[in-house]
Amino acid sequence: MDITLDDVIEMLEDIQEDVDYETCTTLIDDHVLDSFDILAIVSAADDEFDVSIPAKDIIPANFNSAQALCKLIQRLADED
Amino acid sequence: MRNVLEMLERTAERLPDKTAVADPNTSLTFVELRDAAQAAGSWLARHGAKPRTAVAFYLEKSAPAWAAMLGAVYAGGFYSVIDVRQPESRVAEMLKALHPAVVLTDNEQLSRAHELFDDADCLLACIEDVIAGDVDHDALDAIRARACDIDPLYANFTSGSTGTPKGFVASHRSVLDWAQTFTATFGIGADDVMGNQAPFDFDATNKDVYSSLLTGATVQIIPRSYFSNPTQLMDYICDREVTTLCWAVSAMCFVSIMGGFDYRVPTTIRRVLFSGETMPPKQLRVWQKFVPDALYANLYGPSEVTCNCTYFVVDREYANDEVIPAGKAFANERVFLLDDKDREICEPDEVGEVCVAGSCLVMGYLDAPDRTAKAFMQNPANGRWLEPMYRTGDLARYNENGDLVYVSRKDHQIKHLGQRIELGDIEAAAHGVEGVERACCLYDSGRKRLILFYVGAISRKDLKETLRVRLPQYMVPNNTKQLDEMPLSKNGKIDRAALAAIGRIKR
Repeated sequence: MDITLDDVIEMLEDIQEDVDYETCTTLIDDHVLDSFDILAIVSAADDEFDVSIPAKDIIPANFNSAQALCKLIQRLADED
Repeated sequence: MRNVLEMLERTAERLPDKTAVADPNTSLTFVELRDAAQAAGSWLARHGAKPRTAVAFYLEKSAPAWAAMLGAVYAGGFYSVIDVRQPESRVAEMLKALHPAVVLTDNEQLSRAHELFDDADCLLACIEDVIAGDVDHDALDAIRARACDIDPLYANFTSGSTGTPKGFVASHRSVLDWAQTFTATFGIGADDVMGNQAPFDFDATNKDVYSSLLTGATVQIIPRSYFSNPTQLMDYICDREVTTLCWAVSAMCFVSIMGGFDYRVPTTIRRVLFSGETMPPKQLRVWQKFVPDALYANLYGPSEVTCNCTYFVVDREYANDEVIPAGKAFANERVFLLDDKDREICEPDEVGEVCVAGSCLVMGYLDAPDRTAKAFMQNPANGRWLEPMYRTGDLARYNENGDLVYVSRKDHQIKHLGQRIELGDIEAAAHGVEGVERACCLYDSGRKRLILFYVGAISRKDLKETLRVRLPQYMVPNNTKQLDEMPLSKNGKIDRAALAAIGRIKR
């Protein structure tokens, strides 16, 4: 399955709506998303893309933007 | 003992050089903690803090913060921590309820604290400045001589149905009794290390800090940000050799869902005592698999009864569709069920409201006699002497073993991210926004989402931005849905079931 940025943004919208995911690059640093949102993202990535995000990849850099998260999910999907 | 400081002083005599409390940056022995607290107490007494009044704290939790909070107690007062993530309007409401002579902050929060408190009628100071000063033993002794075990020790805030946060005060007596019962029940001692997850504005912190003062256990404070970063969290727990976790269910789920154990398994953990929400058995089984030798216990009880009133030691693995019981009352607490005619329920499977009596009861809500009288009332089964009890608003039943099993809430209060929220509180805030005609908030407990339905001209984005300013972060709805009209039931009330269907809510 090809995972696109739009897919990831759609998943994020479901978790926390009305955020400018196209441009925001400080989702964690500016507390737009908190630890419970990260929890929801990890669960949703598993449910929707069948990708399990390992603990070592759960760092702010990978969650600060939709772009970074998309890259992470694509990489993990390719590794499977 | 009649004052919690006696626990600190006795332990400082017995174990002077043992670490009392540490965070990633600092560490204090019991003697250092006592001396810093006495210095802070002397400073506060010199600067207008009076016995039985509040000292407010606007800071993130840390070892020096704990010393300064005990300083408020040395000054004869009570402490109240204001979460730095609260919006300005809520901070102002809390300050009004507390009317403290002094607000203490730390260097990190100082500039924000100046913005918030410079116009208020109180003194603002940094904990770094007050814990390093001289100790005035004569002044502290004079204060202590007048101390009484029903003096207030701390004030915490809960959500209130009117839209404003409600403060309540707990006494030294409640915490002294709780610390002794809690540590004895679970065998917590001087060789234990408490991994503190709870924020300092939550009474769950009592389990860590007062177990430490009483027994000599060490508190390792885990910063909030570590709960967004599982490797950092697991490294801290492992490296600091934590033995005891008194954690919110959501924090435990964070570790199990985030694969924390795949990264590193702590081998020093002896007991995991969880509370705050219903524990999903699936997540508990992950913990039981990786940390098989630990004791797991489900603790139940609202803040109004000082931490928890019942506990259940998990005896086996539970299946996904089973509920882990809330168990039986802690020693020295009376926990019972009353039916809707206030008769005590003794038979299994009959549902009633959980009521609690004992020295664990807090001393009611600040400046809210009506609300206090409604929740803290005379035990209706006792017509002979004064026996106050607290109505929890929680419905439960007994199972065949006589253990309490939580069923649901009586009202529209929910537990979200470990926080008690009245859905009416969110609705009241929404109704206060220009352009909202009618609003109704539902909780999707399956997906842990707050969903606000509303009718009105305001855009979803504008509504959410306004609510962000007026509500604490955990109460801001995750989703908002604008409707042309509210679905109503036959008797004209909002049809919550119809809304749940519109929102595709999994309850």
